[in-house]
Amino acid sequence: MADPRDEPSGADQGVVTTQPTTEATPPPVVPERGAPPPPTGVLGLLVREQSIIVPLVAVVAALLIGALLIRAQGVNPTYAYQTLFTYSFLTADGLQGTFEKMVPLILCGLAVVIPLRVGLFNIGAQGQLMAGAIAAAATAHAVREAPGVIIAVVAMVAGILFGAMWGSIAGALKATRGVHEVISTIMLNSIAAGLIDYLVNGPFKDPSSPYPASYSAPDASRFVPLGVVPIGLPIALVLAVLVAWMLRRTTLGFQFETIGRNRHAASYAGIKLSGMIVLAMAIAGGLAGLAGSVEYLEIDPYRYQDGIAGSLGFDGITIALLARSNPLGTIPAALLVGALRAGSSNLSFNTGLQPEIVDMLLAITLLLVSLPIIAKLIFRRHTAKSSALASSWGS
Amino acid sequence: MSDQPTATVHSSAQSSAEPAEPAEREAERLLDIAGLSKSYGTVRANRDISLHVRRGEIVALLGENGAGKSTLVKQIFGLVKPDEGTITIKGDASPVRDPRDAIRRGIGMVHQHFQLVPVMTVAENMILGHETTSRGVLDIEGARKLVRELSAKHGLKVDPDAEIEDLPVGTQQRVEILKALSRRVDLLILDEPTAVLTPQETDELLSVMKELAAGGTSIVFITHKLREVLAAADRVYVLRQGAVVGEVATSDTDARGLATMMVGRDVVLRVDKDEAKPGRDVLSIKDLVVLDDRNLRAVDGFTLDVRAGEIVGVAGVEGNGQRELVEAIAGMRPPQSGSINLLGKDITRANPRDTHVAGVGHIPEDRERHGLVASYSIADNLVLNRFSEKPFANGFVRDFDEVRKNAEALFQEFDIRAAGVGARAGSLSGGNKQKVVVAREMSFGPKLLMAAQPTRGVDVGSIEFIHRRIVAARDEGAAVLLVSAELDEVLSLADRIAVIHGGKVVAEMPGGDVDRTEIGRLMAGDH
Repeated sequence: MADPRDEPSGADQGVVTTQPTTEATPPPVVPERGAPPPPTGVLGLLVREQSIIVPLVAVVAALLIGALLIRAQGVNPTYAYQTLFTYSFLTADGLQGTFEKMVPLILCGLAVVIPLRVGLFNIGAQGQLMAGAIAAAATAHAVREAPGVIIAVVAMVAGILFGAMWGSIAGALKATRGVHEVISTIMLNSIAAGLIDYLVNGPFKDPSSPYPASYSAPDASRFVPLGVVPIGLPIALVLAVLVAWMLRRTTLGFQFETIGRNRHAASYAGIKLSGMIVLAMAIAGGLAGLAGSVEYLEIDPYRYQDGIAGSLGFDGITIALLARSNPLGTIPAALLVGALRAGSSNLSFNTGLQPEIVDMLLAITLLLVSLPIIAKLIFRRHTAKSSALASSWGS
Repeated sequence: MSDQPTATVHSSAQSSAEPAEPAEREAERLLDIAGLSKSYGTVRANRDISLHVRRGEIVALLGENGAGKSTLVKQIFGLVKPDEGTITIKGDASPVRDPRDAIRRGIGMVHQHFQLVPVMTVAENMILGHETTSRGVLDIEGARKLVRELSAKHGLKVDPDAEIEDLPVGTQQRVEILKALSRRVDLLILDEPTAVLTPQETDELLSVMKELAAGGTSIVFITHKLREVLAAADRVYVLRQGAVVGEVATSDTDARGLATMMVGRDVVLRVDKDEAKPGRDVLSIKDLVVLDDRNLRAVDGFTLDVRAGEIVGVAGVEGNGQRELVEAIAGMRPPQSGSINLLGKDITRANPRDTHVAGVGHIPEDRERHGLVASYSIADNLVLNRFSEKPFANGFVRDFDEVRKNAEALFQEFDIRAAGVGARAGSLSGGNKQKVVVAREMSFGPKLLMAAQPTRGVDVGSIEFIHRRIVAARDEGAAVLLVSAELDEVLSLADRIAVIHGGKVVAEMPGGDVDRTEIGRLMAGDH
């Protein structure tokens, strides 16, 4: 590199150079105008690979902070983590549990990733998942006499449609009235919870159940795992690949991306913003709704009851941010989060730690990965302006 | 007013080399700027600017967008550091370190975009940043009193308890001005203060400015509207391409004189072109009315035809409805009434997609905002509005090979200089960015090419290239509608000129040898 202030030669390394600065004038140039040289060596590697390094650092840091807290409770952190991950990955029950958790986590992660690409922050995967689960429960009961495969397909389609409808409400509010999607999706989460609470206490209540719950899925429609692999897992993996393909290779993905990167240019290019916003939220809601259906069909007790959704929808946000809004990145992110979730009760049993330690680890991870400030402190001026989407809310 | 505008068009180098003036005149100069230069990369925003402001004087900085007015005042206020030159405030030539330093030395600035908190009251905004407290509690009563006092003193009526978001823009601006005045201000800078105001609010502002000046406050204000200069300013500096090209007392000039100075008398960039061979009507606009963002009639009964094989240039002072006109034709701003026809097809209410399909190529005025996606590759930007058309997509799936081939071909043809077709558009220079937009909008064989400020902020080499391409498009049979604030550009390219003022065509004339002072007069609304 002959002159650090030379022509922007780092273009294809993801370094945005606004204007090359003047070389002759002695007074210091205004800092934000400067075009720094593309970094080399270790820093350069960090900058180029930051989409992997930032989440890795966040996870490692969270585990270290978690270690301190575990130690404070008088438990050896090495032993605790060993117990946790040995169970989640190296025992048949644990591995199956990890995989079962992965399914809704991947789907909810995707439900956050797609809107992020359009510049929307979907907090509503939780409500969309619940909408999907209750729709699956209702339709499965309605067609309970049909063959198992039919029931399963009908339940999944219903979950997708109802989740999509739930998501598109927020999209339509945004597109037509400018209602901020964070607000509307949070409120729709509460509405979904209230509505479903009513349904499982009233019209959809299984009279044979001692507590409020829907009818259980007919035996024939229940997903039986293939060894330790639940049927939902291949479905989720295929969808992650499909979403990656959609965003990368299709005209639809191009429209989503263009809106997220420059709304004005998208409108100039003839992309119909409001339609695309509703569609993105509908697809997101559909994926979360499918997660709800699969939970219903795959997880004991095979019925909609309080707590079925857990915090899966909110974990989707962690997943999406850990994945740096990359659809394929949701897979390793979901593997990690799934392992933590699946191993938490075993950890508690063996060490006496509260299972909530896992929630805390996830919260710390989310905090670290979602603080774009951290990335900015490290990568200031080396970050492409428009890739802010990957490190922040994108709105 | 004299018949002969006696504008002194001086080279600023000469004035900066002037020997020191007599001490008594020196003393009354509140602000003295000598040899100020500022570059952003290869763009020279300010070139060797020298000017001064006396106590109690209203000075206008007049010039088109991009002439360097904002950069100049930002340096006075300490927001931008000059590369060269000195700024002397009340005899003190030490550099203005930052806005805090500027305020301390008696400079106040009202920005074009207000710096108020919408959900807080006038009084709360007034003390924002230097809050006074009594016993640890915010002294809001003191703030109210401050607003009432300042209000009465300067004759600017404002309710201290009103919330900012409920106030009309003109009143919000008053709050900004009061806020600036609340700290002892000798020189008040107003950056395009009338850009967001209605005509009535503008008149009110101008009279407020005059009262302030009568009270001894000096005012520097930025504008590109001639009427405001003549109505309020004592003296005016005309800026063009970063340099002061003229200085004149408003009593010695008129709208025509100012227009002439503004559009310049540079050597016309000659474009070699043959006689136009106009064909049938391509674009036909009738009685078009388009509202601007403030719901005022920016385009107000505009009628114009553009034929195949000719370039029609729309000349006018910026802000006379050009932007709204272009956006309406492009389908980005639905017209209020009137009609737009393209080859007999009604496109009055067509959306941008349909307009493009109907054959309109649109080089937008603001390429950063509308024309490009900075984080996309050049190749993707070259198909920004055609990504779903064959051969760039087969149905739902994009064909990256075709996108790349298209980009490689256009790279050659339009001489785009970049690391490669995969480089981000944001990494390009202004001229090359514009070439990307021009290449995209010309390469699909448009029936109508609409070019809005096609060479703004573009280097000379690219200007020449873009001009040649526009002529080439005409020769291939496209109708070309050129909208430019650069009169030279209109004069050198257009086969026919339509002068726009107040949103309508006030004169049409053939291109070629036209009297530029005559056009300047028409542009100024004198017809």
